[in-house]
Amino acid sequence: MLTDEMVEQFQNAIKSPTRMLKEKADLVSYSYDGSFGTYLPELVIQPMSTQEVVSIVKVANQYRVPLYPRGRGTSLSGGPLPVHGGVVLDFSQWNQKLEIDSDDTIAVVSPGVLTAEIDKAAKKYGLMYPPDPSSAHVSTIGGNLAENAGGPRGLKYGVTKDYVLGLEVVTPEGEVIKTGGRTIKNVTGYDLTKLIVGSEGTLGIITEATLQLVPRPQATGTMMVIFDDIVDAGRAISKVLTSGILPSKMEIMDQASIIAVEEYESVGLPTDVDAIILIELDGHPVAIADECKQVEQVCLMVGAREVQIAANDVAAAKLWKARKLVSPAIVRKKPTKISEDATIPRSKIPEMFKRLKQIKEKYNIDLVVFGHAGDGNLHPNIITDKRDKEEMKRVELAVAEIFETAIQLGGTLSGEHGIGTMKTPFMKMELGEAGLDMMKRMKSAWDPKNIMNPGKVFPENENQRLVLVDE
Amino acid sequence: MNNQLAYEETFDCVQCGYCLPACPTYTTMGKERHSPRGRINLVQMASEGKISIQEIEDSMELCLGCRACETACPTNVQYGKILSSYKEVKMEQEGSSLINRLAMKKGLANKSMLNTMNLSLRFYQQSGIEKLGKVTKGIQVLPENLRAFEAIIPNITKPDKELRKGTLIPDTETKLKVAFFTGCIMDVFFAKINDLSIKLLQHAGCEVTVIKNQTCCGALQHHEGDSETTKQLAKENIVAFEKEHYDYIVNSIGGCGAMLVEYDQLLQSEPEWVERAKGFAEKSKDISVILAELDIEFTKKVEKRITYQPSCHLSNVQKVKKSPLELIYRIPGTTYIPLPEMDRCCGSAGTYNVFHYQESMEILDEKMSYVKETIPEVIVTSNPGCHLQMCMGVKREGLESKVEVVHIVEILAEACGLKN
Repeated sequence: MLTDEMVEQFQNAIKSPTRMLKEKADLVSYSYDGSFGTYLPELVIQPMSTQEVVSIVKVANQYRVPLYPRGRGTSLSGGPLPVHGGVVLDFSQWNQKLEIDSDDTIAVVSPGVLTAEIDKAAKKYGLMYPPDPSSAHVSTIGGNLAENAGGPRGLKYGVTKDYVLGLEVVTPEGEVIKTGGRTIKNVTGYDLTKLIVGSEGTLGIITEATLQLVPRPQATGTMMVIFDDIVDAGRAISKVLTSGILPSKMEIMDQASIIAVEEYESVGLPTDVDAIILIELDGHPVAIADECKQVEQVCLMVGAREVQIAANDVAAAKLWKARKLVSPAIVRKKPTKISEDATIPRSKIPEMFKRLKQIKEKYNIDLVVFGHAGDGNLHPNIITDKRDKEEMKRVELAVAEIFETAIQLGGTLSGEHGIGTMKTPFMKMELGEAGLDMMKRMKSAWDPKNIMNPGKVFPENENQRLVLVDE
Repeated sequence: MNNQLAYEETFDCVQCGYCLPACPTYTTMGKERHSPRGRINLVQMASEGKISIQEIEDSMELCLGCRACETACPTNVQYGKILSSYKEVKMEQEGSSLINRLAMKKGLANKSMLNTMNLSLRFYQQSGIEKLGKVTKGIQVLPENLRAFEAIIPNITKPDKELRKGTLIPDTETKLKVAFFTGCIMDVFFAKINDLSIKLLQHAGCEVTVIKNQTCCGALQHHEGDSETTKQLAKENIVAFEKEHYDYIVNSIGGCGAMLVEYDQLLQSEPEWVERAKGFAEKSKDISVILAELDIEFTKKVEKRITYQPSCHLSNVQKVKKSPLELIYRIPGTTYIPLPEMDRCCGSAGTYNVFHYQESMEILDEKMSYVKETIPEVIVTSNPGCHLQMCMGVKREGLESKVEVVHIVEILAEACGLKN
């Protein structure tokens, strides 16, 4: 419980009292994110400088008050949820710094800057910030860094961690450290930058980031490949990637998601198929034209029924629209959507599809699969209704089995959403006792009082299991 | 459990946050409770009795109701319904302010009172009192918000009775038979735009009828949570327009049009009305839709740099986005420059700019920063509220001598050589 004295000290830590929120309507509004579960914070603060963060952390450290950094709350794994009360730090308003240095091809940003804004600013210099989570126009770079967000372009360009050169971090004891720098090459000491990225706010608070930008491809080309058998689709992905061509995106939609889209808003997709893959190539326009033909050949050779190459940007946009429509289309049936991101090695995609189908039947649930096929980052989505407690129990079991399957197939619990609260019960299964213990030691070395985003990443007790409904 | 709130609808929200960038109040106020996602959650909490209506009031009342969030929502949450349900509950618990109630129930819904209003406003402007007031700053006894509006009230003209008498026949062959919906505030403050609309429709080949028994659309009452009065007005309009067959019921007011196309939703719990309401709603069209479909003959070049500020209710509720732009493109001589972030509400939002003046001005100032980037000679609008708000923005920026604000009908009429 926060005492009046602590609240007063937090108040003194920030310049403007309007950025400290304590009314009930405010607390309720920071009790959720894009995942499941609601937890009421005791206070919300909107910091806008490193100095403010330092002062806040010092107060929290003194009184052992839990702190939960939050961007815009789009997390699908519970990252910013205040599970043990305390203070939510809303970084969404600290978006003032977005500097592009085109000579060094870097961007220096404050944590509240929207990810898509970075790419937009880079574009003016012929540069690109590649990570493109579908929430990039909503989510902050701070949140993306904390969760190590990915996106469709991850196939060719990698994910957030591959573009972070340096960070400014406030430690749980209120010290300011700088990790990395402004250069691509940097092997001075341990790579703390990469440790912080993806640590889900459990080791410190990111207050500034230096990001690597790359030359922006001149053009893109899009094609749709239609398969009668999803196993062929899996083979096609591997074949394309060993043919000397690296597409920027390879997105798969299964029959259930295709039918859902067509019923929702007909965009002319064939529904009598097992799967389609949308492929985007980027680079020089002449090269793209040539590569499109090669990809077509490869796909037809492994049994694709048909390949459609988008003639222009309008046609390409239409195909990508179909992919975008999957979400609104599938929630028409039932409102609750559980988006998972268990990821498997590419070669296991057909097997994963088979196993997902079995899980769907076993638990009698609505499950559609789409996602970033090229890098094995599938998004099995379960459509349900969180008010239906009985069905939610089955869903919980199905989700648990999806995680187990992914690990059995040599994959991972999470490709890009993070562990947060939802996946903590499965950590030991993937990492093993010793692996998890090393991570815990790291955590306690950085944050001995456990004030930084407690309740995340690590299971809090042995019997913890996946729970999607408030009990 | 509060059963009157749209509780079921709140479950369509998956809290993805995609509505945040679309929301003007989230942008200017920077707090989750002033976002659509925040408001939907608050209504859900209030339904479950976890928070009181009073505690969510500040958040809900500061919503513009622009419904831009609905267009950004990937799961089709019916935010409009959720907001209305709150307004109704609030109204029932506390009633609206006396002034509001009088204005909404007695004023807007009453023809003769509106005529008197038009007359007295004209008198005020023509008598010189207005000038006197402005010069001596005598009007400064008014609070800042009302003073600001006094300064931008347009020249009030008398509605042209000849145009409203019966049916006007086009000079050429009749392409469509339409009934014209005048709206109440529109016919007081912007009678001229209604006059021009009727003439334009006639010019474009429509047989135009102005039905006597029509009444206020009910939008402002609806926003206020007074669904009883709204339903009464809707029924009166449905009856009035059912008497004869018309291809369309045309209006030139983005906000009213949005109410008209949702009459079926409004009356969905009244089986004897719902089909009739649906018929009415389907026929209700914004003037830009009709004019864009017909070939209108332009006779004059309008050599000006034009930008367009859409009415939220026209684009987000009526889903009319392309027609006004098509028409602007077709006007000979114009240069169209898109206004950055044009889909963002200007902060007018019915009576929002009067009752939440400061918040509204912050939203307007952001809008004007884009206008200044665009440097237009003309800002085209499609709703009287937006029109006044943009006039206010132009005035606040000291651009009165450089930027003109017009309703789309005015610029089209100019290009067609139609005079008032």
